[in-house]
Amino acid sequence: MTVADQVRAFILDSYYVSDPAELTDELSLIDSGVVDSTGMLEIILFIEGQYGFHVDDRETTPENLETIGRIADFVARKRAAAA
Amino acid sequence: MCGIAGSVALAGTTPPPDLADLEAMVMAIRHRGPDELGLYRDHRAGLGHARLSIIDLLTGQQPLAGEDDRVWVVFNGEIYNYLELRDQLVALGHQFRTRSDTEVIVHAWEEWAEQALTRFNGQFAIALWDSVEETLVLARDPLGIRPIYLREHGGRLWFASEVKAIFAGDRSGSRELDPAGIAETFSFWASVAPQAVFAGVTELEPGHVRTIRAGRTVDRAFWEPSYPHDDVAGFQGSVDEAAEAVGAALESSVRLRMLRADVPVGSYLSGGLDSSLVATLGLRAKGERFSTFSIRFEDAEYDEAPYQRLMSDRLGSDHHEVMVSRRAIADAFPAVVAHAERPLLRTAPAPLYLLSQLVRQSGIKVVMTGEGADEMFAGYDLFRSGKIRRFWGRRPDSTLRPLLLRRLYPYLARSPVAQQAMAREFFGRDLDHWSEPGFAHRSRWQSAAALQRLLTPELRDAISGTDVLQRLLARLPPEFERWSPLAQDQYLEIRTLLSAYLLSSQGDRMLMAHSVEGRFPFLDPQVVELANALPPAFKLRGLDEKHVLKRVASGLVPDAILQRPKQPYRAPDALSFVGDDRPDWVDEVVSPGNVAADGVFDPVAVDRLWRKCRANAGRAQFSNADNMALVGVLSTGLLVGQLVRREPSRDQTAEFQTLIDRLPDSPRGGVPYKRMVSQQR
Repeated sequence: MTVADQVRAFILDSYYVSDPAELTDELSLIDSGVVDSTGMLEIILFIEGQYGFHVDDRETTPENLETIGRIADFVARKRAAAA
Repeated sequence: MCGIAGSVALAGTTPPPDLADLEAMVMAIRHRGPDELGLYRDHRAGLGHARLSIIDLLTGQQPLAGEDDRVWVVFNGEIYNYLELRDQLVALGHQFRTRSDTEVIVHAWEEWAEQALTRFNGQFAIALWDSVEETLVLARDPLGIRPIYLREHGGRLWFASEVKAIFAGDRSGSRELDPAGIAETFSFWASVAPQAVFAGVTELEPGHVRTIRAGRTVDRAFWEPSYPHDDVAGFQGSVDEAAEAVGAALESSVRLRMLRADVPVGSYLSGGLDSSLVATLGLRAKGERFSTFSIRFEDAEYDEAPYQRLMSDRLGSDHHEVMVSRRAIADAFPAVVAHAERPLLRTAPAPLYLLSQLVRQSGIKVVMTGEGADEMFAGYDLFRSGKIRRFWGRRPDSTLRPLLLRRLYPYLARSPVAQQAMAREFFGRDLDHWSEPGFAHRSRWQSAAALQRLLTPELRDAISGTDVLQRLLARLPPEFERWSPLAQDQYLEIRTLLSAYLLSSQGDRMLMAHSVEGRFPFLDPQVVELANALPPAFKLRGLDEKHVLKRVASGLVPDAILQRPKQPYRAPDALSFVGDDRPDWVDEVVSPGNVAADGVFDPVAVDRLWRKCRANAGRAQFSNADNMALVGVLSTGLLVGQLVRREPSRDQTAEFQTLIDRLPDSPRGGVPYKRMVSQQR
């Protein structure tokens, strides 16, 4: 399972989306209403728990977190930096 | 207060209304008026009435006619200025048989026809049948305090205070949900009249009158909200003069509502400014002790007891409290939904249902509340956030302007700097639309609409062609865009939420569930007209909400209440239903079998939602989206179970105190053109 798929599965369960096809890599999670402003914190907690790194406050930006694709890229960058 | 119900044949060839149908309609809404029942029927029309006796207890029975037995009326509500109108009508030569406000309606109609409606100061749903011209008139008060639902089916127009009466009378009609009504609910938090949540059913719009004559139906607005613009002058005085004028209008409004009743009137105390002001003026009008009622919460987060008690001590009132637990909300919720007759996204109606029960048990039938002050005088955060976001939208690159949001949402100031980028993303949504109608409301509507992802693919398909936002905006008054942004926000708030949800699901329905009448001094026509005429800066001064009203209340209401930050009325939402001690009905409603059978929500999505909510049951609070989602799913399931799937029962027979049957060969009345008033109770 790719990082994108793992994040997708988490969002599917946490935000009760019935059809996985809706959650494309490019869907803006906040704009589409799937995730509300407090929901983003749940996603950060998930990432930290799942991939074992700390998301710094300065990294909590739309550039890193707005879509599943961006989250996957962000996770890849963080892991590369740690390696 | 009361309930009304009835039908009229749209064509002359349709058989007369069936007495059993009319009886079933009245019995379905008997909770609205348990004191007396009444019925009128002729070859074309039937009018039913369940009476809650408040004015003219002895002779105010309905249906009631004028001198010549030509115009018949059933009426739910109060006309507070009935004594003044009666004097005018007597001077014009009208003769009265009773001391009731109902009879004033009949004579006012005879004298002024439709113009009579603009003379009424009150809350009303009226059905008036001219038996000679064979014309039915249905009218609803300007702000929609009292409901009227309608359905044309089987050659008749059916009407009633509640949909369940239409279902009980018109048994061959559908009881299915209307996809557009669901789409509106999961956008605006409620379907907005004329849209209702049941297919084929509509709601008469506030301030409208419908006339049905010779099969022809005409709807007309007799009242429309108006705000100042270039060609309509507003209030011209200073802010002090405005406060004086508002204070005087409010005092006279409270006096009418406190004193025009032949039973004692009580008052709700929320702990906030509005109900405190109403109760204070109530005491001034009455000059003696009266009863006050408050909701308390076991969850300290929602409890406002210190302020309520401060106020009741100040008033010296006979104070009553109902302590509300999560479990009590869950236990009451099925009845709450059955009375509200709509999906609900909040549990807030449930404590009000329990409160009206306490009122009734205390022997009180009428209460005043502070409802409407936040809409008329700009009390909601939405107005403030709309103001800031428009200010920001004019200069989207400004870094200082969005910082004003911290004044509204203090948690933003405590958040780490970069997390605020996400908040900016959220609050900055649609910023480029800042000058468009609905800008301030859009994020709230979108948050609710996002929950449509829970609906079945079939239902989502069915509503995909209905853009409820566009539909709402397409029906705005022509002068809307000339109003100030605040007036626009107030108009939309009043149109989408005041009548459709606050006065209905949290108002009329929860009060009438226990046969209690609500009276709303802030919705008095003079108060509303004055509030609307005020410059926006008198209502929302900077970010100080309800500024003029605070000036009115200053010195009348304790400073502690005047100066406390506004606390929106909320109740524990999803948390009421997820604990281990939850009632059995919750698991039944969310079970995949029932969800699939209801056909509204996708069982997989509901299962995910339910598992998440159960897993988080120990948390202190859920997100807004999770709260609305679970409450919406549960209330819709209860609605389908209780109103859609269940056949209305006809087990109970009515004992009519008033029965006028003008059909000569009637099996029951049999006394044509005669009034039969039985003494049985």
